[in-house]
Amino acid sequence: MNERIIGLVKRVNGPVIEAMDVSDAMMLELVRVGEVRLVGEIIKLEVESAVIQVYEDTTGIAPGDNIYGSDMPLSVELGPGLIGTIYDGIQRPLEEIFKISDQYIERGIQCPSLDRDKKWHFIPLDLEAGFTVTGSMIIGSVQETERVEHKILTPPDMNGTLISIMPEGDYTVEEPIALVETQSGEKQLFLMHRWPIRSSRPVTERIPLSIPLITGQRVIDTLFPIAKGGTVAIPGGFGTGKTMIQHAIAKWCDAAIIVYIGCGERGNEMTDVLTEFPKLVDPFTGRSLMERTILIANTSNMPVSAREASIYTGVTLAEYYRDQGFHVAVMADSTSRWAEALRELSGRMEEMPAEEGFPAYLPTRIAEFYERAGFMKTLSGQTGSISIIGAVSPPGGDFSEPVTQHTKRFVRCFWGLDRQLANARHYPAISWLDSYSEYLDEVTPWWEEQVGTSWVQNRAEIMELLQKEVRLLQVVKLVGPDALPDSQRFIIEVCTLFKNAFLQQNAFDDIDRYSTTPKQMKMMEIILTYWRRGYQAIRRGVTLVKLRRIKVLQDIVKMKFAISNDDLEGFDKLNDRLERALNQLESIYV
Amino acid sequence: MSDSTILYETQKKLLAGREYIGVDRIDGPLVFIRKTHPVGYRELVECIDENGCTRLGMVLDTSSTIVVAQIFGGTSGLRMPSTHIRFRGEPLRIEVTEKMLGRIFNGLGQPIDGGPAPVGDEELNVNGKPINPTAREYPRDFIQTGISVIDGMNTLIRGQKLPIFSGNGLPHNELAAQIARQAKIRGAETKFAVVFAAMGVKHDVARYFIKSFEESGVLENVALFLSLADDPSIERLITPRTALTLAEYLAFERDMHVLIIMTDMANYCESLREISTIRGEIPSRKGYPGYLYSDLAELYERSGMLKGYKGSITQLPILTMPNDDISHPIPDLTGYITEGQIVFEREMHGRGIYPPVAGLPSLSRLMKDGIGKDMTREDHPHLASQLFAAYSYVKDVRNLASVIGEEELTPLDHQYLEFGEAFERKFVTQDKNENRTVEETLNLGWEALSLLPVEELHRVTEEELEKYYG
Ligand SMILES: Nc1ncnc2c1ncn2[C@@H]1O[C@H](COP(=O)(O)OP(=O)(O)OP(=O)(O)O)[C@@H](O)[C@H]1O
Ligand SMILES: [Mg+2]
Repeated sequence: MNERIIGLVKRVNGPVIEAMDVSDAMMLELVRVGEVRLVGEIIKLEVESAVIQVYEDTTGIAPGDNIYGSDMPLSVELGPGLIGTIYDGIQRPLEEIFKISDQYIERGIQCPSLDRDKKWHFIPLDLEAGFTVTGSMIIGSVQETERVEHKILTPPDMNGTLISIMPEGDYTVEEPIALVETQSGEKQLFLMHRWPIRSSRPVTERIPLSIPLITGQRVIDTLFPIAKGGTVAIPGGFGTGKTMIQHAIAKWCDAAIIVYIGCGERGNEMTDVLTEFPKLVDPFTGRSLMERTILIANTSNMPVSAREASIYTGVTLAEYYRDQGFHVAVMADSTSRWAEALRELSGRMEEMPAEEGFPAYLPTRIAEFYERAGFMKTLSGQTGSISIIGAVSPPGGDFSEPVTQHTKRFVRCFWGLDRQLANARHYPAISWLDSYSEYLDEVTPWWEEQVGTSWVQNRAEIMELLQKEVRLLQVVKLVGPDALPDSQRFIIEVCTLFKNAFLQQNAFDDIDRYSTTPKQMKMMEIILTYWRRGYQAIRRGVTLVKLRRIKVLQDIVKMKFAISNDDLEGFDKLNDRLERALNQLESIYV
Repeated sequence: MSDSTILYETQKKLLAGREYIGVDRIDGPLVFIRKTHPVGYRELVECIDENGCTRLGMVLDTSSTIVVAQIFGGTSGLRMPSTHIRFRGEPLRIEVTEKMLGRIFNGLGQPIDGGPAPVGDEELNVNGKPINPTAREYPRDFIQTGISVIDGMNTLIRGQKLPIFSGNGLPHNELAAQIARQAKIRGAETKFAVVFAAMGVKHDVARYFIKSFEESGVLENVALFLSLADDPSIERLITPRTALTLAEYLAFERDMHVLIIMTDMANYCESLREISTIRGEIPSRKGYPGYLYSDLAELYERSGMLKGYKGSITQLPILTMPNDDISHPIPDLTGYITEGQIVFEREMHGRGIYPPVAGLPSLSRLMKDGIGKDMTREDHPHLASQLFAAYSYVKDVRNLASVIGEEELTPLDHQYLEFGEAFERKFVTQDKNENRTVEETLNLGWEALSLLPVEELHRVTEEELEKYYG
């Protein structure tokens, strides 16, 4: 990095620095401020002046301090070694920083994102000299973790002809592995390359979504599914369970790579992931969950501008793995903190605010972020996807605030968390009334093929019951339950059962924390058997009291804990017992 | 470093001691000074008044033309021409030592108990630095407070930040003092200390705590930082930082388990709003600055445990919710940062229930890893979950009863009402000096649950029912 002075500090206002005597600087250039070399980025350029957003605490920076240019935009390093690492918002490896500066994060630490000494075993593709090299092309691979075969890609903007490629062997990320003739001369290729975080990596085209991202969370997969390549927002007041849902999905979803962005949230939550994930085993591959996970941690007490950058850092890493043909799931907890960082920076720059102090470009930024999700055909002809799951933390839990409202415009799936449910410890507190998924039609064929043809009808039937229940409960609130006939009280009964037995899912229970799709289907069918046959029974004169007394109901409520994913027969047996009990009841009435 | 840079840096150091006579503007607690040498952001400022008294301050905005500083001692009595200003070239630091325990200080860490200033072992920047998440140790040690509604349902964990959301006139001080008195790790002898930071509270509140510490014989383990209602409001902004700096020192360099009580966070936030308004910043909600969240996080995140260190910092912030409104920005943003909250309910207080902890909105997020087999008792997680579920149903039934009348309720609903009554009167309610073991607490929970039919208890296992029900 050739360092040169591009200007001087004129004013310091928190993380925003005004610069004077600026020459030879470029927009979005990565800069270093003062003799402590704080990392910053030029976000506004005028004649001889500039505005810089600084990613570290600016204490002690004074007017007149030097500003050093780097000649490159704020970028991330992409190559083997990302998986299993925890980075801050501008991709500094926190574990390395810990070795340098102990428990507190010192300022001005320069530390490469990817290990410079580690050798990776590179297996080149069989390419001959003269081969046309294009952007994001796969030229070989490295086994990054036991479960991730990392494809080595050319930089997306590469164009030329291959001169040579190195043989199979061990290389560091800085040792050249190929040589390419380009218009601007010969270029070396390495196991890693850089990409600016604020530009999305190019792809060939978007592919329509059709495969669900299976999360193992019943209320999500069965009621409000998300497709691979889709976007979803989880808004909810404090303590309603956003982080728990994000953690659960990061643990159990069937994506190949997880990028978890802790954006302005608690330090202990990141520690929790760091201590728990390595011990957990992924049900699909039997490998440790950490072997597919990248963490970005810019906690609430870390500098606010790095928080702004963190979600771009995260999604750029995701795009890199997508370009290798992986399905990536990105969790951003919480996008509200990112929006607030935007607001703070905008305020310090004295920009005109729009709603609630947020800058007028907030919706554009939100849209740009979620647009980086999708199911794509990559430049190298692979398919890969990025699904984005963003938590939103509305002030006062009020969904009418700007961040929730604008996010709603750009996502197609919405899991609204309900304070009442959370207070009653009904978790996940996803409201079945406010939530929706526009991916339902897209993923239905998959479910019908893979799990069962009755999936979509079952879902529709239970959703209808839940809707009916709302109206019935309103009546009960006014006149009490006795005013309703048994057939209607039975609807309430079934919905209560459905909520207790199916929708509630305990993230801390070893069996319940994750349900396979067949288990979800079987559970749903047992509950619907009770509903369908019970309703018939009532019409034949069986009383509600009798229906409620069926002993097997106790086991149905607890089936989620009692019967494991691989014991599908257990569900069939339970269903048989239910049928027998209902037969017996009915036999008295025929 | 180039020659010119070296020259510049040396000049900056030399100029740091320079004293300016006269300021250019005073607005509330802010002073504005023109034409200074290059002054660093957040640098310490000494503001000397006519009588030669020094008030400390901090640089909030610095530029080549004007510097803005907030004066913690307030600006009352300052005259523009006769005020002297010195910039110290470094941020505010305080001297810390174990000997600060048993002493009383103002918000800046200067003794106000008549004793001499203790000689510090170390001088630390009060602003602290962000803790590296990889350096943290996930907290999981159960603290027994002897208070059923906390131990049983909102368990406090060592290293947790668990605020009390209260209202004016509710017994939050009593509860905080009771926790400070009774809190213990079972079966462990540990070095502990209490750090108490008062922001804008009345003298009698400070006196109440001092008396309570005195009576339980722990006063020599307590350091108090008092910035009371009649002290300059701006000093409240520095008080929690000073207190936390000592707490960090005691926890991570002296291996102590530190409980820090900070009261009242609402006053802290108001001072922050005051500064923000004077500076003409664009407000977010209710006039509070957009950075209130980050600012509070800077305080609340200074808690927890660290890998390889023996000590810990457990935070118990107290805040009074304006208008008892939990969605007000102060409790709201606090709840978004802390690891749960103990929420007080005025209605319960009215019914004579102490502690008036609202069952449903209260939460301890770290409880999950600190309770159960080998930590408290194997039935604890399910029991707590069942109590929450049942109590939430009680609330529904009470609402229903208030509309249709109690006579119209089903027999089951009546049983729930009975349970609710028992839960509030026997489980939640306890004496201000009553110290229950966690087993006593759990047994009381089962006693209340036993008023419900067994079919209603979905969240507990057969074995637990067999062992504890009825
Ligand atoms: N699926 C679940 N199973 C069991 N407990 C849960 C579940 N979801 C949430 N909880 C409980 O709710 C608490 C709060 O959840 P969480 O931390 O996810 O909230 P949040 O919405 O992220 O809050 P904040 O906005 O303040 O970060 C958890 O600590 C846990 O006790
Ligand atoms: Mg959260």
